[in-house]
Amino acid sequence: MTDLEELRTTFEFFDDWEDKYRFVIDLGKELDDLPDADKTDQNLIHGCQSQVWFTADHNDDGSLHFKLDSDAFIVRGLIGIVLIALNNKPAQDIVEFDMDALFTELELIQHLSQTRGNGLRAMIARIKSVSHAYLNPEPI
Amino acid sequence: MRDMRSDFPILSRQQNGQEIVYLDNAATTQKPEAVIDAISNYYRMHNANVHRAAHRLAEEATALLEEARQLTQSFIGAERVEEIIFTRGATEAINLVTQILDGRLNAGDQILLTELEHHSNIVPWQMLAKRCGASIEAVKVTPDGELDIADFYQKLSSKTKIFSCNHVSNALGTVNPVTELVQAARSAGAITLVDGAQATLHQHLDMQALGCDFYTFSGHKMYAPTGIGVLYGRAELLETLPPWHGGGEMIEQVTMTTSTYQKAPYKFEAGTPNICGAVGLGAAIKYLRQLPINDLVADENRILAETIGEMQDLPNIQLIGTPKNRSAVISFVVNGAHHHDVGTLLNEQGVAVRTGHHCAMPLMQALQIPGTVRASFSLYNTKADADRFIAALQKTITFL
Repeated sequence: MTDLEELRTTFEFFDDWEDKYRFVIDLGKELDDLPDADKTDQNLIHGCQSQVWFTADHNDDGSLHFKLDSDAFIVRGLIGIVLIALNNKPAQDIVEFDMDALFTELELIQHLSQTRGNGLRAMIARIKSVSHAYLNPEPI
Repeated sequence: MRDMRSDFPILSRQQNGQEIVYLDNAATTQKPEAVIDAISNYYRMHNANVHRAAHRLAEEATALLEEARQLTQSFIGAERVEEIIFTRGATEAINLVTQILDGRLNAGDQILLTELEHHSNIVPWQMLAKRCGASIEAVKVTPDGELDIADFYQKLSSKTKIFSCNHVSNALGTVNPVTELVQAARSAGAITLVDGAQATLHQHLDMQALGCDFYTFSGHKMYAPTGIGVLYGRAELLETLPPWHGGGEMIEQVTMTTSTYQKAPYKFEAGTPNICGAVGLGAAIKYLRQLPINDLVADENRILAETIGEMQDLPNIQLIGTPKNRSAVISFVVNGAHHHDVGTLLNEQGVAVRTGHHCAMPLMQALQIPGTVRASFSLYNTKADADRFIAALQKTITFL
């Protein structure tokens, strides 16, 4: 699944938490693994109970491409949702995207709370700051 | 058996249409109506500052604070009431001890801890070791999650100036043979501290039989409010130790250049104490006193053993720590699944557990695991709670 509208529609059909979490976990299982070579300390997002690694690149058309990985399935699934929303999008769109609104709509907002410590919030902040830096490069 | 649950208003709170099964008691326990009322009543009826003012309310507040001290003394079997120092919690109690022992240690001395400790019984000692040039050694933990007693005797020597360990492990529930360890350490000339944060509700406490120099615990893990804890210190030792915080309440005479100090416990309680917290702790002890504690603990142990038996029949569950003497805690992992995922799915089913390293990272390093799921029980947890936990765990496994 790569389309945000399709994701929204899918979530509308879930009757209970079980369907929703089975979907999120399956999404997590489908997420491409980051190569071990990229799972470095430098790419690790700190402050998480589960480990989250992150790399960023840009496509030829100027959109941004992120790769993320985690050792926890639910976090991987939530990463999958974040990537459906943001991956391969122009930096300006990424900076402006309201992730809290999306997670509220999908009734997953508790995963962005402070106590969860799953690093999702830190991960989104990292994606936004990379996008911001891409839009506003430091003068050479 | 009377149902304790009805004494705890929060336990009837609903989450997703059903009552919460609260199995995070090693982190903090819920509060009974008696404690909530005592706190409310203190502020409604008795609030004043203690020990100084010449008025009725101050007399009442002081009497309540000192009654709480006496209740605590009797609760832990301390010989004298002066041995009870109120702190913010067990963490502050341990920090207090490590501060006042500054002058007692020299370079080359050894502080003996164990791999089972909570960070609060490691980090303050590391800070003390750094100040005085002492070294830290740790008694090894066995694969079963018990202390390696042979390793304890091997590491204990005349260089050992401090021995500090927990009574019950917060991460695994191991009940340590503290009486034996304390006796051996004191015979070797060490000052001993036992961290009882996880023991207060589940173990019979008798400071005179235990014989340790210091014992620490937190109110909030035994039905009292947060922000109040206790340092028990052996009276003869306390008399010889300096204060740590300076300020009001702890002094006798003050001039612009010098001061003389009160005796223990006041010497160690600078500033206005957490009066309301102490009142809440007193109320919790009174509440516990009218319960058939021995029966309740026996019941809890039976539920725990049954739960462990049922978990062993589930696929892919690996218990972390299988100590012979266990109290209130079950630590485990689901093979192939992250502990955080297990915790998230249990929460969706209204079961509250803790996941992670449980503030015991050196223990996780020793066991070579990143973390565990921890279900921790208290006296109010029923077989029905345990059954819902098992059912929720069964369903969780099918997701992962």
